[in-house]
Amino acid sequence: MKTRKTLIFPLLLLPIAIMAEDWPCFRGPEGNGFSVENKIPTELKKAWKIALPGRGLSSPITIGNMVFVTASSGSIQDRLHVFCFDGNKGSTLWERQFWSTGRTMAHKKTNIAAPTPVSDGRYIYALFSCNDLVCLDLKGNLRWLRGLTRDYPNASNSLGMASSLLVTGKTLIVQIENDSQPLAIGIDTNNGKNRWKLSRPKSANWTTANLLPGAGKGGKTLVALQSKDGIHAINPANGKTEWAYEGGASTIPSSTRMGKVLLVPSKGLTAIQPRHDGSTYTQLWRVSKLRPATASPTVANGKIYNVNGAGVLSCISPDEGKTLWQLRLKGPFSGSPVAAGKHLYYFNEAGLGQVIDSSGKEGKIVSKVDLGETILSTPAISNGALFVRSDEHLWKLN
Amino acid sequence: MKRHKLPHLLAITTLCSFLGADTASSIREIRSVDAEGRGNESAAEAWSKITKGDANTIPVLLAAMDDANVLAANWLRSAVDTIAQRNTKSLPIAELEEFLSNRNHNPKARRLAYELIARSKPALAKKLIKNMLNDPSVELRREAVQGILDRAQKEDSTNLYETALNAARDIDQIDEAKNALTEAGIKVDLPLHFGFLMHWKVVGPFDNTGRKGFATIYPPENEINFAKSYTGKKGTVKWSNLKTADTYGMVDINEPYGHLKEVVAYAHHTFESNDARKAEIRLGCKNAWKIWLNGSLVFERDEYHRGMRIDQYTLPIEIQKGKNQLLIKLCQNEQKESWTDQWQFQLRICDSSGTAILAKNRLPTPQPKAPTRRPKRG
Repeated sequence: MKTRKTLIFPLLLLPIAIMAEDWPCFRGPEGNGFSVENKIPTELKKAWKIALPGRGLSSPITIGNMVFVTASSGSIQDRLHVFCFDGNKGSTLWERQFWSTGRTMAHKKTNIAAPTPVSDGRYIYALFSCNDLVCLDLKGNLRWLRGLTRDYPNASNSLGMASSLLVTGKTLIVQIENDSQPLAIGIDTNNGKNRWKLSRPKSANWTTANLLPGAGKGGKTLVALQSKDGIHAINPANGKTEWAYEGGASTIPSSTRMGKVLLVPSKGLTAIQPRHDGSTYTQLWRVSKLRPATASPTVANGKIYNVNGAGVLSCISPDEGKTLWQLRLKGPFSGSPVAAGKHLYYFNEAGLGQVIDSSGKEGKIVSKVDLGETILSTPAISNGALFVRSDEHLWKLN
Repeated sequence: MKRHKLPHLLAITTLCSFLGADTASSIREIRSVDAEGRGNESAAEAWSKITKGDANTIPVLLAAMDDANVLAANWLRSAVDTIAQRNTKSLPIAELEEFLSNRNHNPKARRLAYELIARSKPALAKKLIKNMLNDPSVELRREAVQGILDRAQKEDSTNLYETALNAARDIDQIDEAKNALTEAGIKVDLPLHFGFLMHWKVVGPFDNTGRKGFATIYPPENEINFAKSYTGKKGTVKWSNLKTADTYGMVDINEPYGHLKEVVAYAHHTFESNDARKAEIRLGCKNAWKIWLNGSLVFERDEYHRGMRIDQYTLPIEIQKGKNQLLIKLCQNEQKESWTDQWQFQLRICDSSGTAILAKNRLPTPQPKAPTRRPKRG
């Protein structure tokens, strides 16, 4: 296993065991798809490919050389899998299976392994659309589990749920938001018990929360929960709302954090910034024509990138939301993009990976890779490679 | 199956005596986990101890899944996975085979035992699966049915398709067998096979403006009197008969009332059972709904137009000997999109393997007027 010594400043916000080359959650350590790694190839080649026994929209996550992936299988997707693969060899280190204890109905485009797991560097937390939640250590030892449908019988969505997990300190943030019994729960990472439970806006919601470091009073880290109502910035210790942006927001693409600014898919794209005293936020700008479709925006090279429903990529200035250039990509996109250095990596639903150089006055597609399978998930960047999954396979591209 | 709990615990204790008191104690801790994370810490300690055991622990852990709640079963299954992955070459095949052969064990645990056998001895597994066509385990049964379907296709045998259909409980396999038989000119009564309830009495429409009707208690929730009339959304409403001839038991409430919005209707069915027993109501419905059995609320759900499928909801019930009164409340909301037009449900009574429980008073399946389309899964 590679020596894990590259600890960088922004990652200090996460528990100490997370390193720069790790990709511990949906859209990476900053929750915006950006990796600080500087040796990601721009010509992607298939290093290895491993078969998966079940479907999944969840992203791979990585800790050190380990790649964790969830999947669901069976005629009604009631078999839940958590895999740990060796990132170098593409071999299976361990697999754990669980039976679903909740409903496994989902729209045919999604599936039960839709939420991306999260790690605090010591443990893996995996959630499935049927509300089964498990905590395993890095060796696959079970630490605790919950069947949240047993606890909250109407917390389900017949289209499937997909909000990914977030961990901060000793609290795991779980969103199971739907039309019937919408909840956000702060779970004690030690034992899987509730620290707090919030009733959320009554609506299906597939977005994932963001960490807002320093956004609370006294510089506390807050968690931005997105919903049809907007953003609730909550204290992860007790679930209390510290401030709220009530301008409404999308329930599919998630907000993206760029430094202290949160880019919210709201009435187009709206940039808000928490105030220094942690009391509320300031709206910096709003551009109504910038409408994230399914993919969430990303950041790289000091700019914001958004792809709309027609596959048009816009490069946006962070200070005023001005479009600097546009580039038509081959879409459509369900997964969100990732980025490293000056390059953006977009995988469309047909499995075509498009690498874009964002550094010039115009964006430029510099290479493509065809995976030949439907890709609806968001890749991970780790240890100089991209990890991409379909319903059938996991690839390492470098 | 609570009635077996005490003897079962004794059996586990006896099995554990071969492996030591620690194993028995660990299993007890794991079986104690419950809702809201209760018992997680003790279970984690127990899990850690128990997974240090050798492969001979596996049959004991499988047996411990009998009567265990679903959370405990998951703790135990992951313990089995962990031990099995460490002992791939020394699995106790004879004991696993014996466990598998006992149909009183937890169906999921038996399937796990089968998979462990298949991993080490695929030829043996292939032989065993042939006898599992009518197994209580849905997954074992499915694999056995697939074997028959494959043979039926190869040999173009309607007899084999009929065998497969009789044993099949999964919708895709039922469809495959039914389509082949229909093509061969053999009539298949799918509503009977599934146990869909095809004959209902309905009353409505009542008001659901602003989705308030879901929580509003209309008279049918207090009394079932088919002779009575009530004040509905637009005038007097009374009970009428509604039957469906749909292949998949779809009951269309739009049919008697027209394509209305912001309305509530009730559907009632009397299900006469030969005996008191455990059963399941299996419902598919994309409207908000509530279900009562013999006057007691079974479950309610206020979700609209997020999709439907056969067996979308599985509701465990106890049916009584004789007449059982089943009442379902169906709410249609205000949405105007074409995909929100449906105001319908499909409901069947079956056992936990999906085998239809047919009522004593079941009427012949109505003849379809024209071919219908089954809503796709997902």
